[in-house]
Amino acid sequence: MTTLAYTISDSRVMLRRNLKHLLRYPSMTLMLVGLPIVLLLLFVYVFGGQLDAGLGAHGDRSAYLDYVVPGLLLITVASAVQGTSIMVAMDMTSGIIDRFRTMAIARASVLTGHVLGSLIQTLAGMVILIGVAFGLGFRSSAGLPGWLAAIGMLALFSFALIWLAVALGLAAKSVETASNTPMILILLPFLGSGFVHTQTMPGGLRQFAEYQPFTPVTDTVRGLLTGAAVGDHAIAAIAWSVGIALAAYLWAIRLYNRRQAVEPQ
Amino acid sequence: MTGQASAPGIVARDVCKSFGSHLVLDKVNLTADEGTILALLGPNGAGKTTMVRILSTLIPADSGSLHIAGHDVVTDPDGVRALIGVTGQFSAVDNLLTGAENLRLMADLRHLGRDAGRRRMTELLEQFDLTDAADKPLSTYSGGMRRRLDLAMTLVGEPRVIFLDEPTTGLDPRSRLTMWEIVRELASAGVTILLTTQYLDEADQLAGRIAVLDQGRIVAEGTPAELKSRIPGGHIRLHFAGPDLLRSAAGLLPAAAPDPDQLVLQVPADSTVNSLRELLDELHKARIAIERLSIHTPDLDDVFFAVTGSHVTGSHVTGRPDENPAPQGAAQR
Repeated sequence: MTTLAYTISDSRVMLRRNLKHLLRYPSMTLMLVGLPIVLLLLFVYVFGGQLDAGLGAHGDRSAYLDYVVPGLLLITVASAVQGTSIMVAMDMTSGIIDRFRTMAIARASVLTGHVLGSLIQTLAGMVILIGVAFGLGFRSSAGLPGWLAAIGMLALFSFALIWLAVALGLAAKSVETASNTPMILILLPFLGSGFVHTQTMPGGLRQFAEYQPFTPVTDTVRGLLTGAAVGDHAIAAIAWSVGIALAAYLWAIRLYNRRQAVEPQ
Repeated sequence: MTGQASAPGIVARDVCKSFGSHLVLDKVNLTADEGTILALLGPNGAGKTTMVRILSTLIPADSGSLHIAGHDVVTDPDGVRALIGVTGQFSAVDNLLTGAENLRLMADLRHLGRDAGRRRMTELLEQFDLTDAADKPLSTYSGGMRRRLDLAMTLVGEPRVIFLDEPTTGLDPRSRLTMWEIVRELASAGVTILLTTQYLDEADQLAGRIAVLDQGRIVAEGTPAELKSRIPGGHIRLHFAGPDLLRSAAGLLPAAAPDPDQLVLQVPADSTVNSLRELLDELHKARIAIERLSIHTPDLDDVFFAVTGSHVTGSHVTGRPDENPAPQGAAQR
């Protein structure tokens, strides 16, 4: 019991440390939160007229705005976890990690702190994006349960991608690598149902788009927010999230524990 | 292991460690009694940091046994971690936090509780002269302040055994003296300290025992006095105007080592006035003119030469180019 209490206490201390880092290093946070907003403006005002017509609407962009917000929420997740990867890699190259390792603290608390800190940052980014979207005229037919379900889905998927980013940050040999590798995640909402219907894509790409994890998550969130049918998407989305989270968690813990055997200082 | 109260602070037996095919530690034995300071003296690359990393549970040894205050490093690493404090060669502070926040982080991770943690923080900030800088970001700290904060963080949990890996490397002379003072105070408070250093005078000033580490082996061990008695007491460097003078002086003093490139003769001697006068008299009688001279008190290089028969230059160990063709390691026990 005391072990669990210490684990919780140590993780909370590490979370506070990570939140302070985010506040003291605001340029990165701003950039990562800003990217989805810039894309939102770009897609609604530059491409929106054309894409709105593609949805069979009447070109006032509002239909496309409603369509694209879930895709941009996933861009928010993908963008934020890039920061996670960078922060983890930066931490691992600093001397303080060795200090933590020589102290009797819950071993995973360093990583737990990063994960919880990033989760808070990601959710805050989403709140800001939704706020901007509302300002542009986004409207949702969802009631409170729909919103809660959508937030839950996004939080679960964020949790999975954050653990993946932690593992990528641990696996990276340098901070530069750690900042580049997760960039591929930002492409995935584009190669799915984030911005256009997958039916409009050519054969091979369409199959990839329909079976990659971002698509069911996008469709689930879109369904919950617009009142469209969610169907099997939710099951696929939850399965993907749990699967990625579990695999990435195990990978990250393994990398973290094994890291001590390397570096011949 | 014996009961904890009487167990020596640090015991390492036959510790071996290789990185790939490179043997870094070769059957290293170390003992430090509770409340004493043991200095691990050696050049860069001797294996000092590796030894500290193994003792502080950061990396495992390949073989050998290690105990800290009676706790086995291998089977009870958390027991060891609860007792030790480590200040490494590279600063282990959080650069994005202030000094006070760094200390609070340590207090929280040591589970000191709010009030006790705050008291300890105030105490340490005062002891390490950091009270004024407590709420400033670390980017404004000088090298000496960072090092002091680093050590203060190590002391938050009042560890019984402390590892200091080259605690004064890169510090200015004044900060160095401050650091020495702190280390002495800790030892007199009963803390066991293992200190690594490249400087003989540092080991001499602080440690009750010194172990000399060279290429992964302990080549000498003893009290500073014992160790110094094995050093032939420093040397005098005689500079000559020409190679002929150097040659005749070298002929006169068979124990000396000539350096024809620099026209210098290195004569083993202590720095007493008598030995200097004798040397000068001898050269004067033989009518050998000396351009100038310099006196060198024993340093790490001399300890090395005495115990390994080879010299330390930077991170390399090189043979001495003279008539003492002692093979490397000839003097090792």
